[in-house]
Amino acid sequence: MTQNSWSKVAVLAMAFVIGSALASRAESLAVRNCTWCHGGSAQGYTPAPRLAGQRYQYLENQLVNFHAHTRDNPLSRQYMWGAAANLTPQSVRDLSMYFATLPPQAAHDGNWASVALGKTIYQEGMPDDNVVACVVCHGPNAEGIAQIPRLGGLQYTYLKRRLEQWGQGYHAAAGPPMPDISSRLSAQQIEALASYLSFIK
Amino acid sequence: MHAWRSATAVGLRAAFLAAVLTAAFAGSGRADDVQAKLGYCKDCHGPSAQGYRGYMPIPRLAGQQPQYLENQLRAFIEHRRTNNIMFNVAHALKPGMVAALAESFRKLNPPPIGGAPLGLIAAGKNIFENGVPDANVAACAACHGPEATGSGEIPRLAGQLYPYVIKELTGWGHERGQIPARADTSAIMSPVAHSLTKPQIEAVAAFVSELR
Repeated sequence: MTQNSWSKVAVLAMAFVIGSALASRAESLAVRNCTWCHGGSAQGYTPAPRLAGQRYQYLENQLVNFHAHTRDNPLSRQYMWGAAANLTPQSVRDLSMYFATLPPQAAHDGNWASVALGKTIYQEGMPDDNVVACVVCHGPNAEGIAQIPRLGGLQYTYLKRRLEQWGQGYHAAAGPPMPDISSRLSAQQIEALASYLSFIK
Repeated sequence: MHAWRSATAVGLRAAFLAAVLTAAFAGSGRADDVQAKLGYCKDCHGPSAQGYRGYMPIPRLAGQQPQYLENQLRAFIEHRRTNNIMFNVAHALKPGMVAALAESFRKLNPPPIGGAPLGLIAAGKNIFENGVPDANVAACAACHGPEATGSGEIPRLAGQLYPYVIKELTGWGHERGQIPARADTSAIMSPVAHSLTKPQIEAVAAFVSELR
């Protein structure tokens, strides 16, 4: 064999090793690149949010928007722009599908005293203050659907920060209505919503 | 004496409710209040009131008949139409708001959001235009108009969300006309919704959801 054919063999062998690593789910290199920050079973690790059980289409949209630099809050810029820079459309789909199928656990880290207020805002809205009920889009158990994220059981600090950021002018994968809705929430109401949601299984 | 007192109490309560409703449904709201409330409606119903598929299907309000919108908001308040979310929403509307909102929605004309199985449209068109004579279902077009734009208290169906139309026709008797003693126009649709089969409902929903 010539040196040239040997190098072809080597490339093929490497492709095989990397390919099978990607295919074997829990052990794949691509997944480990995520769980390094998002936690061993992707249950979240402050400040990185839980990915386990998140909606497939939501995850895919986020990765596409990190890649395109659309989602632009400080931690996204610092971590996720780089993390998503070299993802192919296929690896975006594979990773999104993998994390969407992991069973989620509730973070349970909010403030118990605020749960009642948070539940009222989430389930009923505050019509006098023009705040809509979150339940209409995010579901009765905050489970999300399609491109609308599951919120139930995410970490308190993550939920609080995201709700604050919507109102601070950062951009995200989704367009309206979240910036509008969040900008109408007071600090106390955001704290209550984040607390309530953190306890939902 | 007791009977008289309670009758007076009921009468007063009814008069109060009537006064509150009259205030909410008449006159014109302040312009900035209306804009804020409009933004609130659009948070769920879409920036052009084109409707939105959240966890629950949220209906299109764009181009809707003002009389129909007004009737539904009253029905939510009076529990003739059950919907906890919309009860809260309708209950908080201040004087003059309803007419101003309804007029604003009437003027909007965004394209339908789509998403229905296009293969069902031909069958749906047939039902919409000719009804289902064997099942005693009249042509939808007879009341809702050939373009499905509605009229007065009869709603526009053109561009309405596919899953929303299915949800309404499937659960008609569980959601609308919930106070038999106070029958409203929803009674007209009751036998129609009941007589349509699930595939027929899906076909009609697909057809109207794509109409501009």
